[in-house]
Amino acid sequence: MLLIHCPYCEKDLPETEFHGEGEAHIERPTNMADISDEAFEKFFFIRENQKGVLFERWRHLHGCGRFFNAVRHSVSDKFIKTYKARQEKPKLTKKEIDAVLPPAKSTPANEPIYADAVKGKK
Amino acid sequence: MANAQRINPLDDRVYGGNGVTLTPVEAMERISLRAEDKAVASLGKAIGFSLPKKAGTTVTKGSVTALWIGPDEWLILGVEGSDLEAKLNKVKTGLYSAVAVNHRNTAMTVSGAKAINALNSGCPRDLSLEAFPIDGCGRTIIGKAEVVLWRTAADTFHVEVWRSFSDYVWKYLVDSARSA
Repeated sequence: MLLIHCPYCEKDLPETEFHGEGEAHIERPTNMADISDEAFEKFFFIRENQKGVLFERWRHLHGCGRFFNAVRHSVSDKFIKTYKARQEKPKLTKKEIDAVLPPAKSTPANEPIYADAVKGKK
Repeated sequence: MANAQRINPLDDRVYGGNGVTLTPVEAMERISLRAEDKAVASLGKAIGFSLPKKAGTTVTKGSVTALWIGPDEWLILGVEGSDLEAKLNKVKTGLYSAVAVNHRNTAMTVSGAKAINALNSGCPRDLSLEAFPIDGCGRTIIGKAEVVLWRTAADTFHVEVWRSFSDYVWKYLVDSARSA
């Protein structure tokens, strides 16, 4: 079972208690009525959704109920770290990223996904 | 005129066997408390002890227990007649909301040598004593229902569940207990 560290409960807890809530650190414009359609589209719809390291919002829905942010590799599904909402985007070290990379060589069933992921990294 | 009679959804149920005992908990006073930091000390004074600040812990004094649910959320349980709602709502400091949910929740006690096995068949939390010590608590899930677990002894858990889910959780646990 995937365990996720809740920064409020200060424990590694089962994934079933959590809910992913999309990309983190998206700033809502303060002058919403004045911005152009293109700028609104960018704020409202456009997400990175890349294969690789993502900054995401998560919610400990069936637990303390709090929103927090997490850094996760979308291919290996490994978390680098989680941190409380409103905290700055953490700077990641190469060591931290290397630790969550999917294996470069893998079983045939996984090959297409991993091949793309490795290509995207370059 | 006939008197209105309270019906507990788990009335008249009992299960025991295979190292697991399930017992409905009698009616209690329950408060769902949300409060900002400024109000916490005064709210503690109002019920006679300070609210737990550490994640997953409880504080009990007499017949009243406060369970840490989130950084600004507590579930306070007491026997009937504790008058918790009135006591808490006298506080004038800070922003808070103390709502009586006496009848929204009901509870059952799961005990016995295999209580953990029965719970863990639907609850993904680590319930070993190291991870979930005595007097520890936490909101989690059993099957598809959200519950609050409170460990009152090494092999005894108080399971708070929303009234309408209680039949589901009871039957789920009985089913698990049979194969625990």
